Amino acid sequence: MKAVVATLTLLGAALIATTAAGVEPNEMLADPVMETRARDISRNLRCLVCQNQSIDDSNASLARDLRVIVRERLVAGDSDTAVIDYVVARYGDFVLLKPPFKPITYALWFGPVAIALIGAAAAAAFLRRRRTRDAADAGPPPLSQDERRRLEALLKDAPE
Amino acid sequence: MIAETGHFALVLALIVALVQGTVPMVGAARRHAGLMAVARPAAVIQFALVAIAFAALTHAYVTSDFSLINVARNSHSAKPMLYKIAGVWANHEGSMLLWVLILAAFGSAVALFGRNLPPTLAARVLGVQALIAVGFLAFTLLTSNPFERLFPVPMDGRGLNPLLQDPGLAFHPPFLYLGYVGFSMAYSFAIAALIEGRVDATWARWVRPWTLAAWSFLTFGIGLGSWWAYYELGWGGWWYWDPVENASFMPWLAGTALLHSSVVVEKRDTLKGWTVFLAIVTFGLSLLGTFLVRSGVLTSVHAFATDPARGLFILGLLVLVIGGSFALFAWRGPALRGVGLFRPISREGSLLINNLVMTTAAASVLLGTLYPLFLDAFDAGKVSVGAPFFNAVFVPLMVPMLAVMAVGPFLGWKRGDLAGALGRLKAAAAVVVVVGLATWALSGGPVVAILGMTAALWLAVGTLTEFAGRIALFRATPAASLSRLVHLPRSAWGMTLAHLGLAVAVAGITASATWRTESIQTLGRGEAVDVAGYTFTFLGASEVSGPNYAATRGVFTVARNGATIATLRPETRRYPVEGQQTTEAAIRSMFLGDLYAVIGDPTADGETFVTRLYFNPLVPWIWAGVLIVVVGGLVSLSDRRHRVGAPQRRPTVAAAGSQAAPA
Repeated sequence: MKAVVATLTLLGAALIATTAAGVEPNEMLADPVMETRARDISRNLRCLVCQNQSIDDSNASLARDLRVIVRERLVAGDSDTAVIDYVVARYGDFVLLKPPFKPITYALWFGPVAIALIGAAAAAAFLRRRRTRDAADAGPPPLSQDERRRLEALLKDAPE
Repeated sequence: MIAETGHFALVLALIVALVQGTVPMVGAARRHAGLMAVARPAAVIQFALVAIAFAALTHAYVTSDFSLINVARNSHSAKPMLYKIAGVWANHEGSMLLWVLILAAFGSAVALFGRNLPPTLAARVLGVQALIAVGFLAFTLLTSNPFERLFPVPMDGRGLNPLLQDPGLAFHPPFLYLGYVGFSMAYSFAIAALIEGRVDATWARWVRPWTLAAWSFLTFGIGLGSWWAYYELGWGGWWYWDPVENASFMPWLAGTALLHSSVVVEKRDTLKGWTVFLAIVTFGLSLLGTFLVRSGVLTSVHAFATDPARGLFILGLLVLVIGGSFALFAWRGPALRGVGLFRPISREGSLLINNLVMTTAAASVLLGTLYPLFLDAFDAGKVSVGAPFFNAVFVPLMVPMLAVMAVGPFLGWKRGDLAGALGRLKAAAAVVVVVGLATWALSGGPVVAILGMTAALWLAVGTLTEFAGRIALFRATPAASLSRLVHLPRSAWGMTLAHLGLAVAVAGITASATWRTESIQTLGRGEAVDVAGYTFTFLGASEVSGPNYAATRGVFTVARNGATIATLRPETRRYPVEGQQTTEAAIRSMFLGDLYAVIGDPTADGETFVTRLYFNPLVPWIWAGVLIVVVGGLVSLSDRRHRVGAPQRRPTVAAAGSQAAPA
């Protein structure tokens, strides 16, 4: 197995990139529908020894083994979810590139929504404050002490 | 000897930075002109010293001086000259040196070109800039010294990772750093403004060009990295939501927000505290990116814990910079009250929506990138956060933003006329609906892709409509329109180009992500395969040799309707020194997409090869879009108003005689 595992140190990138894409012709299923299903499943399964690569993209030997397992399960008649459950049962949630929705990931999944809502609320509050002050005073802000001092100095120097 | 000179210059630069970071600050606090005057020459000297250090390291690489550990580990005498030079920053120590070089370059640029800055502001900006330099120079000298010697001297070096021996990646880091580090200027201005307790239109006008420059560089740097991934990693993808990519994308998102909010500060004298906050956040995210990639924390939290010297140092620096500035912000920020008033439906309002979307996006990327690290650190479990999560967050954020983006520029400042704006977009809407429905009918979906394509088209047509309105196209005489066109401010050109570029890029991103065609098979000489209507014929493979590698080169011809339109020569390269292999995809770019071929390993009998053939629709549009955005940034940067600086609204008593030119 010629897994080209290269440690990218550029940018300090501790990224383990494998060149040359994953799936090999001899692994592929003859049935195009089933092969498409296998590819879709593979795209969402993580290559466990790589950094942030799906088994579909990696030519590490472990990724290859997983691809073969996925296809074997499909041929055995498993549904897509059954295949994924089978892999998760063996390797844990870590294998899923799309994190599962469960208590430990609530903060992850609700986070972006919460951030957007808080941001929108803050913007709305800002605009409302603006509008009330709109009515209260529309004049320029009062001079700071420093500005007042400088104004006085200028006025004193100004020729009468 | 030269290496020692470089090391010595770096130590001197640290001392100069210490002086520059303290004396002018004291001077500004006491209004002591003499102490403040230290800042400018110190900034220039600091830059010169770091440049000497950088030149010394470059010399060591060019002459293959393997008595330096750094050169021995990362270079090889047989490497082409370009990669000997690029090798200077293609490793941890050298890239930190590049970091401080660019930091010092920005500092001296302010010292040289920021002549019309008020003296206290200039002193404080340069002071803050120097304090950042102190942190990173100390980091480089104490934990990452590139000038360390090695004995006995090896006969040759270990070579550079072949994946990095590529023109795209050779120039990727300098541009990325110009962006990252460029945001330090906005940060220094923000901290200086907090100390001064004052942010006004003049301040915004000084900050904007630096932010714009940094943002343009960062955009280009990210684009370059993405382009490299596309042709080098060999499976036609160009963005992987990898933590390393996210590390550069977060400051970009925050920087985009900063760019837009500083316009509001300049034109309307409001959103001041928010803009200062964004400047801090943007640079904070740049530092966080540096920490993430430098500390090794990304590979594993535990790897970080076993060799923590570098990581802890940057983490400390990060906590100090971000914590300190937020404390300062909490203390002085409330004094920055805006005065400009505006209605929700207005130019300001639309820019606020931009800020909302960009900061939500940045925060979501941050959450997704750090979440697995936190779970791991607290032993709460291991999860992966990959592309499906980020796509799920990004699509719902970006589609509405693109929709608003087309309308925003039509709205007036203070209070806009939404009905009027939409009225002027009627023709654009008609075009978008017709083309959208046609696309749906022709491609059959999926819905997300149709949404993406129509949003891109809407933005493009809307932007062009707005531009046509500015020059009164078809409403005034052609001569009058031409005259308006010529006199249009560069910043207006910049905005139009940047928004158009984004539209082009979004179309490319959507199409390539949705409609690409892939064909993986083994092919023998003379065999052909059909990919998206293009016939790829394999003419065989041969062995070729490069300067420091040997390669298997395959030859394909591509025909469309019987006529040959391209010959593709993909390679698999083997680098004996590094013991690694890379794929060089062969790509023919056409207006509507890329023909993309990769050759893999031969099969057991050696007669046939594994081949991967793709048609990647509209991928060239992504690169074109990024370039248009960058050109837009640079055109805007060339606006006269940025060069002459702002009118001095508050001349000091002493400098009252030297008024700056009116804008």
